[in-house]
Amino acid sequence: MTARSIAMTIDQVAVRFGGLVAISDMSFTVGEGEIVSLIGPNGAGKTTAFNVMTGFLTPSAGRVTYRDTALAGLKPHQIADLGLIRTFQRTSVFPNDTVHDNLLIGLHRQGRVRLIDAILGLPGARVSERRLRQRAGELLEWVGLERRAHDAAGSLSYGEQRLVGVALALAAEPSMLLLDEPVSGMNASETHRFVELIRSIRDRGITILLVEHDMPMVMTVSDRIVVLNYGRIIAEGTPDVIRNDPAVIEAYLGHGAGRA
Amino acid sequence: MKAAITIVAVAALASVPLWLRDPYLLNALITTGIFVIGAMSLNLLLGFTGQLSLGHIAFFGIGAYVSALTSLGFDVGLPGDVRLVHAPWPPIVGFVLAIIIAGLCGYFVGLLSFRVRGAYFVIVTISFAEVVRLVALNWVELTQGPLALTNIPSIALPLPGFGELTLRTKLQNYYLVLVVALIAYLLIARLVHSHFGRAMRGLMENETLAVSVGIDVTRTLTIAAVISAAIAGAAGSLYAHYIRIIDPEVFAFINTVTMVIMVITGGKGSLAGPVVGGLIFGMLPVALRPVMAPEAQWIAYGGVLIAILFVLPQGIVPSLALRLAKRRRRRSPAPVTLAETAAKEPA
Repeated sequence: MTARSIAMTIDQVAVRFGGLVAISDMSFTVGEGEIVSLIGPNGAGKTTAFNVMTGFLTPSAGRVTYRDTALAGLKPHQIADLGLIRTFQRTSVFPNDTVHDNLLIGLHRQGRVRLIDAILGLPGARVSERRLRQRAGELLEWVGLERRAHDAAGSLSYGEQRLVGVALALAAEPSMLLLDEPVSGMNASETHRFVELIRSIRDRGITILLVEHDMPMVMTVSDRIVVLNYGRIIAEGTPDVIRNDPAVIEAYLGHGAGRA
Repeated sequence: MKAAITIVAVAALASVPLWLRDPYLLNALITTGIFVIGAMSLNLLLGFTGQLSLGHIAFFGIGAYVSALTSLGFDVGLPGDVRLVHAPWPPIVGFVLAIIIAGLCGYFVGLLSFRVRGAYFVIVTISFAEVVRLVALNWVELTQGPLALTNIPSIALPLPGFGELTLRTKLQNYYLVLVVALIAYLLIARLVHSHFGRAMRGLMENETLAVSVGIDVTRTLTIAAVISAAIAGAAGSLYAHYIRIIDPEVFAFINTVTMVIMVITGGKGSLAGPVVGGLIFGMLPVALRPVMAPEAQWIAYGGVLIAILFVLPQGIVPSLALRLAKRRRRRSPAPVTLAETAAKEPA
């Protein structure tokens, strides 16, 4: 492991829904500027882990720390204020708004002006408004959706909606981005473009934690992989290590799968 | 295009007293205008945050009572042999206090109910209106109960250097209501087009996603509730000083329902919707009066409401905007507009 500083620490986190154990005892860290993937079969607890890290779910035990701040007891919007932003598996856009307006909503954290300034249309609010519109345009260009700026987000293809979801998350200026199955429903070329996008996001200094089922994609993009099964970590390491780990091959990839 | 329609509409409304001399009709227009302001404030919550306030008339009534009591003065006994005596203040101070106190009530109702939202907000607002009605009915020493507060003074505008102008005539009151309505309209328009408005829209469309980009649900909805209640309070104050008599019947549930009908038929979530819906349902009683008994009129309103929603399911204004956009697109292929996509929402 390189000597990068640690961004996020997940320390002995457990989540139980009544008698069901979603996560039994999970500990791992994510370094600053790293791309880490969390993989595992359906029901392994990946999305639950995401929900714990972003405050949508309170863990039954253990703690999550982000840049020395304990996340226990913080509401999701307060965690977003720490720069920890996530995307969602399904609900990814504001369907009735244009793509451009979606990004303006996503830019909420940048656009905070005083209520009175906004209502009276004072210069401060106007300057902020202009800046936001410009920033929304830049983000659209970055994810390659300029053409769709004035279409309703709900009318876009599934793959495009995923891109809007990522742009929305980027609009919130994350220092760490949590992507929940971002390429599911994308075709091969869209996935390829998305991998490039993830790399360019990381190159801007944003730490990335990824949950994904698309194994080739995970193997290509990750610095490190954490494998979950039945709520516990069964392996952790670089893609090459994971590819050859017998426990992973047996539990996750199945018997005789060999190389992913 | 939109600006032109607004200017023409405002000019038309401002010119009404110049050609309409019938005091009965002018009176109907003034009370309608007051209810339009109430409907606009309801639309801020219902149309832009999706929260249905079924006790909205409480804020209106509180504004009316606060304003009336401020300008009439009172002398009431409180527990512990304390007497609270208040000498009459000018009605314009009552107007300002009505806005502030109604806004505060909106704050507490919002704080109480927005942690849970949806159906809970509906229930909390209904109960709130009922509690306030019972207080107005039973705290006779303060409110005169069913005997009503009478002789409420008309609003007087202080004119620096000229003393003050008491608004007694219908003509003066018409313009007062028009000006307050315009200010309320502009305030709401600014708010929903600002970043607060976008936060509200985001919450209504996809709350989980909105929260994940840092939008504070409770704070956003509470701001909407405060402003909505404050505007309703302003409308209530205008009502008290215009009608000059106020009793607990102002809190009747039917008054909230009327406002909801105005918003829904005009088009919730559209700025002009409550104005159009309010004018229709405010003036309908006047139009129907010569031909129908009051009881039959209620049935007719129901019929009109169903007819409008059947033909224009999103409400009048959004439906017309949608048709206009379609016609324009047929002429020149333009991208899908926001108004059009907003209209696709199920009513």
